[in-house]
Parts: sequence; C-alpha cells; structure tokens
Amino acid sequence: MSTGNTHHYAHHFESAEHEYESSKQGVWIFLTSEILMFGVLFVGYMIYHHMYPEMFKYGAKALDWRLGALNTVVLLTSSLTMVLGVHYCQVNNKQKAVMNLAITIACGAIFMVVKYFEYSHKIHAGKLPGMWFTADTHGFENLPLYFSFYFMMTGLHGIHVLAGMCLILWVLIRANRGEFNENYYTPVEGVGLFWHLVDLIWIFLFPLLYLV
Amino acid sequence: MAGAGSNYLNHEKGIMSWLTSRDHKRIGLLYFYTVGFFFLLGGIFAMLIRTELFSAGMQFTPELYNRFMTYHGVIMVFFVIIPGIPAILGNIIMPLQIGARDVAFPLVNLMSWYCYIAGAALGVASLFMGETVLWGIFGGADTGWTFYTPYSIKFSAANITAAFAAFVAGFSSILTGVNFVATVHKLRCPGMTMNRIPLFVWALYATAILQVLATPVVGITVALLAMENIFGIGFFDPELGGDPVLFQHFFWFYSHPAVYIMILPAMGVISELITAFSKKTIFGYTAIAYSSLAIAGVSFLVWGHHMYVSSQSEIAGLVFSILTMFVGVPTAIKLFNWLATLYKGSIQMQSPMLYALGFLFIFTIGGVTGIFLATIATDVHFHDTYFVVAHFHYVMVGGTLMAIMGGALYWFPKITGKMFNESIARMSFVFIFVGFNVTFFPQFILGAMGMPRRYADYLPAFESLNRISSLGSYVIGFGFIIALYVFINGWRKGAPAPANPWGAKTLEWTVPSPPPHENFDKIPTVTAGPYEYR
Amino acid sequence: MSAHHVVPLKTFLKVFWALIGLTALTVVTAKGMDLHPFNGVVAFSIASVKGFLVMAFFMHLKYDDKANRYIIISSFFFVFLLFIFVVLDLGTRIPQASTL
Repeated sequence: MSTGNTHHYAHHFESAEHEYESSKQGVWIFLTSEILMFGVLFVGYMIYHHMYPEMFKYGAKALDWRLGALNTVVLLTSSLTMVLGVHYCQVNNKQKAVMNLAITIACGAIFMVVKYFEYSHKIHAGKLPGMWFTADTHGFENLPLYFSFYFMMTGLHGIHVLAGMCLILWVLIRANRGEFNENYYTPVEGVGLFWHLVDLIWIFLFPLLYLV
Repeated sequence: MAGAGSNYLNHEKGIMSWLTSRDHKRIGLLYFYTVGFFFLLGGIFAMLIRTELFSAGMQFTPELYNRFMTYHGVIMVFFVIIPGIPAILGNIIMPLQIGARDVAFPLVNLMSWYCYIAGAALGVASLFMGETVLWGIFGGADTGWTFYTPYSIKFSAANITAAFAAFVAGFSSILTGVNFVATVHKLRCPGMTMNRIPLFVWALYATAILQVLATPVVGITVALLAMENIFGIGFFDPELGGDPVLFQHFFWFYSHPAVYIMILPAMGVISELITAFSKKTIFGYTAIAYSSLAIAGVSFLVWGHHMYVSSQSEIAGLVFSILTMFVGVPTAIKLFNWLATLYKGSIQMQSPMLYALGFLFIFTIGGVTGIFLATIATDVHFHDTYFVVAHFHYVMVGGTLMAIMGGALYWFPKITGKMFNESIARMSFVFIFVGFNVTFFPQFILGAMGMPRRYADYLPAFESLNRISSLGSYVIGFGFIIALYVFINGWRKGAPAPANPWGAKTLEWTVPSPPPHENFDKIPTVTAGPYEYR
Repeated sequence: MSAHHVVPLKTFLKVFWALIGLTALTVVTAKGMDLHPFNGVVAFSIASVKGFLVMAFFMHLKYDDKANRYIIISSFFFVFLLFIFVVLDLGTRIPQASTL
C-alpha cells in the first residue's frame, strides 16, 4: 500500500486525485439508490398516514419520544465525530482520527442498544407488525399497520447502522495501521458519506414516527 | 506487461484467474457465459409454453404450465435481458470506446457478477420449493413474473424465493449502474468530451441512470413482499388496511423503466451498427444522444399504463395515457435518424447489419402497437390479451435480442480475436427473423380476437393461429442453435481477426483483437467525433 | 488542491449545535404546541433543514464537485415523482360500493 505520504492509485486512473474524485462520486451515486430505497417506505408512510391520520397519531403516542430524541442526539454526535475522523485524517493526526472513529462506533452501538430496549418493550407488549399484533387496538382497526411501518423503517435503518458500524471498524483498523494521510483517505470519506446518510434518514424517521 | 501476443484472454491462466478477475473484459465474458446459460433455460421454458398451447386441451397440467410461464418471464426479464447488453457488451466494449483502461470500480464490477450468481442460485433453488408439480421434486413460483399481490403473499414460499432472487439480482444491476455512471463521468480519455462519446456509451449511460434510480424501488418492494409473507405486515393487504394497488405502483415504478433498461442499450448497439455498415457519419448525433436521456426521463412518468384496469383512478389513467404517448417522440427521433443515416450510405449487408435492419423492422411494429396500448379506450379491450404479449415480445425480443445478436457478432472479432462464419451467421438471422415474426404476429390477431394471456388453455377457435405461433417458436429455437454454432465454431476454428475488420471508427477498433490486458498501451487523445466516415 | 478542502473544525461544531437545536425545536413544536393540522408539515420542514445542513457540511457538498449535488438532488426528485403520481391515483379515486 502507501509508503510515506504517496498513494499508489489503481492503474486505470490518471492520478491519486482522479481516483479520489471518482471514488467519491461512486459513493454518491450509490447513495442515490439508497435514498430511493428508503423513499419507497417514506412514500408508503405518507400515503397511509394521510389515509388513517388518527390511527398514526395514536400509534406515535405508543412510542417513547424521549428514547427517540436520545437516539437522534446520539446519531448526530456520531455524525460529528465521523466528520472529525475524516478531518483528522486530512491533517495527518492519526491518534485523533482513530479516537473519533471509535467514538462513532460507540455511538452506533448506543443507538442499537436503545433500539434493542425499544424493540423488546414492543415485542413484550405484543405491539408487532401486521398479523402478529396482539395488543389492544383501542378501536383503531388498522393500528397493526402503524407498527408494520415502525418495524420496517427502523429495521431497515438498523441494518444500515450495523453495516455502517462494520464499515467504520474497517476504516478504523486501517487508520490505526497508518494507511491514511493528507493524500489518501478515500475510504474514510466514503464510509463517512454512508454514515451521514444513515444519520440523515434517522433525522426524517424520528419526527415522522415518534412525533406526528 | 508481457510481450507481443499477450492479451486479456491469455494474460493470466487458470479458472481462479477468471473468477477473481477485475478486468472488465473478463467479467463481461463471465456474464456472457452465465447469461447465455439462462437464455437457454428461459428459451426452453418458452418452447414448453408454446408446446402446451400447440393444441386446445391440456398437454401438460395447468400447474406445470403456470411454472413454465413464470420462470420463462422471471429468467428472461431479470436474468437475461436486463443484464444482457449492459453487463456483457457494455462491460467489454464501453471502457474501450471511451479510451479507459477499465471501469471506474473493477472490484465492484466483479461483485456485481457474484450478486448476479447469488440471485440466479436463489432463482434455481426456488424451482425446488413449494408445492411439487413434477416428479415429486419440482415445484416453483406460479405468479407470473410480476409477483402481484394478493396471490403472491397467500401461497407458496417459492414465490417469495423467486421474488427475492430478483431482489438480489437487482443489486447486481445497481452496482453495474453505479460503475457505468462513474466511468462515463470520470474516465473519458483526453479530448473525449460528452459530445464525442459513441452513441452506445450514451445509451449505456442513460441505462445506468435508470438502473441506479429505479432498481432499489423494486428491491425494497419485493423485500416488503417477503415481509408480507413472513410477518403479514399488511402494506399490500386490504384486510389489514393496506392497498394491493400500491404494490403495483411500486412494482411498475421500477418495471416500466426496466423496459427501457432493456431497450436503450439495444438502441445504442443499433446506432453503432447502422453507422458502421453504412460507412456514413451518423445522422443527428446529438438528437440520438439526448433522445436516450429523454426516453430515460419520460420512462419514470408512465408506469400507470400497466394499471388501467387495476382500479387506478380514471384521472390518473388519463395522465399516464398522455405521458405514455410522449415516449413515442424520442423513440421516433431515433428511428428517423437511423433511416436518415442509411440514406445514400454505402450499405454492406454483413450479418450484424442484417440484425440491425431486422431490429428496425420489428421494433417499429413493437413501438407502434405500444401506442394502441397507451390509449385507454383500446387498452381496456387489449389488456391481458395476447396483443400485449405480442407487443412486448416485439419490443423486448425483436428489439433487444436482435441487438444482442447483432452486437455480439459485430464485436465478436474484437472480443475473441477470431472471425466467425459469415454465411452461417446470415442463416441464423433468417431463421430467427422469420421464426420471430411467425411466432408473434399471429399473437396480435389472437389478442385482438380476445384470447387472454397467461391461461393454460384456449377455445378451439384459436387453435390454428396458435399452431402457427408454436411452430414459429421452434424455428426461433433452431435459429439460436445455429447462432450458438456460429459462436463456438468461430471461437474454435475462426481465422484470426484483424484489429478493425469492419472499417469502423470508434476507439475499440484501434487496439489489437483481442485487446491487451490494460486495453491501451498509451491512453489515446481524441480530436474528433466518433463517426468520421464521410 | 481544491478536492481536499480542509474545513475548519469550528464550522462542524456550529453545524452540530444547530442540529441539536433544531432537534429540540422539532420536539417542542410537536409536543409542546398543538399546530394541528400543520404538525406533519412543520416536523417535515425542520427535518429537511437538518438534512440540508448534514449534506452541505458533514457530507462536504458545499465544497464539492457540482456533479455530486445534481446526483443527490436527482434522487430526491425521483422520490418526489413516485410520491406525486401515486397520490394522483389515490387522491382521485371515486369509492364505489360493491354491487355484489
């Protein structure tokens, strides 16, 4: 791999700069397809929310907004540390880069633990998606549909959080080996973009699921 | 790099060097073998369908027929035509045409092939699931390729597995799309401006955009279908407050653009063939290039025309109907430009050109009948009849397969370094072209007479036209056997091919056949457009 | 090198506090005041502002290639298309009682 501060770019690129720009754009293009994938769930959510506004409002009350807000703050913090991780790679500060990436993973883990408590509470109370719903519907005939959305949207998001944590662990190990420097930090940047997207989706999920 | 005579085929040896290769040309060939295998499988299912329909009354059981029909559709759509041109010809030729040493992300390219293999494995596995209908082992999905709810969520795990196979294969499509967009944006050689890239690349670029934007939608939709089956989440289940028509909306948001994922690269191939064998500069380069993007854009606005009789609202139907007719405009722009290119050209009737002209003939019929189907008043009558079957086979088979064959023959010398047998190749065209029209033209008449699609049986009054159609399908099958012989014979015994056997002008013909491992010894600099004939 | 634009740390911290503040705002507007029927719109608008901040600063779009901006805008545009046409159908359906 890299020796000193020069990066050996792949044979089909003109320069390290060219490789960096192309890779970053590749990540962006991939992120568009992620947005479209989540977009379908959001469109479905909005349609059913419009069809059954009272039911969705009642469903949102069944969630603990404080846990949701806590998770929002946790993810925002992780986004900050992620961007700091990229920043410290850019300025050749290996120790701080590794530290910030580690905090990012820790925040991801906290997020998942909070999620675990939320899930186990719901599962315990029988507030499960669709036909597995066993709790009292309180007269809202289609209440199970709300929990279908809750579990599908947060579930898919949770999978992305786990994937993001694995990816950050990968760049953390590489950063710890000293592979990144001012001229080459493309993987950190790319993983960072992915992580921010995960954060971005949660920014929308939180108010839509917990608050309205 | 090794000395003279070294090329991508003999650069490294052994099966592992192929399975781990990041060379776009080798990955393209891997796709060629696997897609070819599935084409054979899908073709066998097609002929089994036609055998069932050869006579009124049942030849097989209805359950078996439903599986034939479903797997013919699933395999041909998700595993043959969608990856067909982009992943085989696009992978091999596109980097050569823009003067790049490889696609932007070679490892992602290889991953996309493994996604395809994983999806294909799931698809094959689903054949052995669900209720068994043959020899105690074969079951499989029976929903048709569209996996419509509520049927698909109420019965048979095989349906979900087959749908999931499409989901995994979708990843392969997304990764190819990501790669191609980035490659076209970033890896063009010096002087290769966007207005100088060959039209095949333009078409692949428009296709790649569709792949990236549309495929995730169907991915999450079939994933929700699986969840629906396992957890009964109720998104598409009216009993739980869901809406089954919403599934159709999400499904067709992908699957209509998917039609253009199939046909746009075919149009790109045809642009190359027509100009190369007319020895004449393409007429209206800009118009053809931008019409590809226009088709890609409009394709997202028209999906509702699959749903006129699905309880979609009448106003939505009207809007979709009007928008659908707009697709005809950029398509016709392409067609007229190709005809104008042919005008006063020095046309050489080589076998790739025959396929290109076959495309023009067949695709025009397919396109014009599309307008009938876009019109609500006529579609209500034609919906779910053989008219629709004939229409989309005219576009997808007559269009895309003609282009795959023409393109494969055109670039065969470049890919393999060998020439194929021209007269046998022409023979394959005659059988495929004639067989195709004999098979599908009667289906227009059958559909107009009211024969519904998807049924295992029909009224005796439809028998004679169905027999003609079935006989035609065997002729197509024979034509493809000849084509297979052309490829195998050419590769094994063909004369060595020169660098530029057709006298074409695009960059891939400036490198030796087959190209060296890294394509270009020195990255070329381009100073003019791609088709400087006269 | 323009591509390797190093953003000062202070910017990131400012953006972070803005995001926290907006999170508080969205909770307050939804839980503290009843803005019915605008609850959804307000929450969604605040989320959009937050999303914009994340993309512009954390994802470096403010300092990035224009192409990446168009790429990401196109994805939102296509989600919007999906939404608008599905709504076009659902919003104009005329419910009919079954004749059976």
